[in-house]
Amino acid sequence: MLLSVKNLEVSYGNIKALHGINFDIEEGEIVCIIGANGAGKSTTLRAISRVVPVGPDSSMTFMGQNLLDYQADKVVSKLGISHVPEGRRLFGNLTVKENLQLATFARKDREKIPSDLELVFSIFPRLEERITQMAGTLSGGEQQMLAVGRALMSGRKLMILDEPSMGLAPLLMLDMFEALKKINAEGTTILLVEQNARLALRFAQRGYVLETGEVVLSGPSDELANNPEVQKAYLGG
Amino acid sequence: MTYFLQNFVNALQWGSFYALIALGYSMVYGVLLLFNFAHGDIFMVGSYIGFFVATGLVGLSAVGVITLPYWLILVLTILISMILTAFVGMLVERVGYRPLRDAPRASAAITGLMIGVILETLNLIMLGAERYKFPELLQTEIYELGGVSVTNKKIMIVFVSLLLMYLLNLFVMKTKWGMAMRAMAYDFAVVPLMGIPLNTIAALTFGLGSALAAAASILFGTAYPVMDPYMGVTIGWKAFVAAILGGRGSIVGAAVAGFILGFIEIFSASVFPSTYRDLIAYSIILFILVFRPHGLFGQEHTSKLRL
Repeated sequence: MLLSVKNLEVSYGNIKALHGINFDIEEGEIVCIIGANGAGKSTTLRAISRVVPVGPDSSMTFMGQNLLDYQADKVVSKLGISHVPEGRRLFGNLTVKENLQLATFARKDREKIPSDLELVFSIFPRLEERITQMAGTLSGGEQQMLAVGRALMSGRKLMILDEPSMGLAPLLMLDMFEALKKINAEGTTILLVEQNARLALRFAQRGYVLETGEVVLSGPSDELANNPEVQKAYLGG
Repeated sequence: MTYFLQNFVNALQWGSFYALIALGYSMVYGVLLLFNFAHGDIFMVGSYIGFFVATGLVGLSAVGVITLPYWLILVLTILISMILTAFVGMLVERVGYRPLRDAPRASAAITGLMIGVILETLNLIMLGAERYKFPELLQTEIYELGGVSVTNKKIMIVFVSLLLMYLLNLFVMKTKWGMAMRAMAYDFAVVPLMGIPLNTIAALTFGLGSALAAAASILFGTAYPVMDPYMGVTIGWKAFVAAILGGRGSIVGAAVAGFILGFIEIFSASVFPSTYRDLIAYSIILFILVFRPHGLFGQEHTSKLRL
C-alpha cells in the first residue's frame, strides 16, 4: 500500500466538506476520484498535501509513515508527493526554466535532478523550446504541461492532480492523459480528480465516486463506467 | 546650474536613505502581503547596534587589542550591524507576525505599530533619554567640483547604497532563495507545494529588509550622528510613502521611488520655504498616486493566499 486514507474529515468553518472518507492507492497505479462540483475532490487532495487541517479521527499513511507528522512543504520534499493544483497556478513572473528549478528547491537527491529534467523534456518537448519564456506568456496547453513538469521535478513517488483536463481543448486533453500514462510508466503513482469522468475512467485503473463529501462507489474503472448510476449521473446517460 | 547640481547631490544622498529603507517595506509586502510598520524602528535599532559595534571597535583599537584603520571599522560596523539587525527583524517576524499569518491584515498592521512602540520603549528603558552620538569614523573631506561642493561622506553613502541595491538584485534574480521570494510574491499558496518552507522564506525576507535598514542607519549616522529612540519614526514613514509610490511589492519601484522622494523633497525645499517642504513633497506624491494608484512599478496582480 502506497497511500492509505482512513476516515478523512475536513471542515471549512462550520461546513463539513468531507465526512470521513476512506481510500487506498497501491504503488504504480493510476487512480481517479470523480464527482460533481463541490463533492470534495479538491479538498481530498489538499488534505493529502497538508494544506488544510483534517479532523481529529482522520488518519493518512504514506509508505508506512504517518502523513500527519509532515508539514505541507515536507510532504513534497521528504515524501515525494507532488501536487498539480487546480488552475495550474504557475509562477507567471518566472521563466519556464525557473518554474522547473524552483520545484527542486528542497530536494535532497540532487544527483537525480538532471535525469528528471530530461524526462520532463522527453515527455513535453515543447517546454524545452520555451525554456526562457515567462510562464505567464505560455498557451493554456503549455501551461498545463509546465504544471505537470514542475510537479514531476518536485517529487516522483506520487503525483496528485486536480482537474488536469480543465480548460484544455479535447485533443490536448487526450495528449495530457497520454503524458500522464508515460509518467506513470516511469514509476510515478498517480491520483487524479476529474469532473470529466469519461476521460478519467478511460485512463485510470480504479476509481472512487465522491458525492457531497462521501465515497458512494468504488471499483475498477470499467466496472464504474458500466454502472448505470454512474452513467446516468456522470457520463451523460 | 551649480545650484541645481548642489541640490542634486543632496537629493542623491537622501534618496539613498529612503530607497534602502523602502526596499524593506516593499520586499516584506511582496512576500507576505503585509506592511511591517515596525520597520522604521528597526532602522533605529540598527543605528544603536551600529553605535555599540563602532564604539566597541574604536575602543579595542584605542587600547591596542586590535589595530584597525577607521575605514575598516566603518565597513565592519556596517556588516556586523546588518547581520545583527537581520536577526532582530527575523525575531520580529517570528514573534509578531507569524502567529498572525491567517489573521485579518489589520491585526498585523496594529501588531507592527505596537512592536515599534515596544522597540522605542525598550531603548528608553535600557539606555535612558540621553542622546547618543554616532562615532565619527570618516573625517569629512570637501571637494569642490566646478562650484559644487561634494563631501567624501556623500559619495560613500550613495556608492554603498547603490552597491547594496545591486547585490540585492543579484540575490533576488540569481539565487534559489531569491527565486522563491519572487514566486511567493506571485502565488503565496503554491510555494509549499514546491517543497519550499514558507516560514524560512518569510524570515529571510524580514532579515534582508532589516539588514538594509541597518545599513541605511549606519550611513545616516555618518552624516547625521545624533541618535534618539524615535529617530526611525519620521524617516520610516517617509520610506513607507516611497514604497507605496514605487508600487507595493516592487523592489525596483522601491529603489527608484526612494530617490524620487529624495529629489522631490530637496528640490521643493530649494524653491519654496523649507517649512513647506513636506506639504509640497507629499502633495506631489498624492497627485501621482491619483493617476497611478498601483504606484510607478506596481502590478495589479496580487498574490493568492489560498489554494
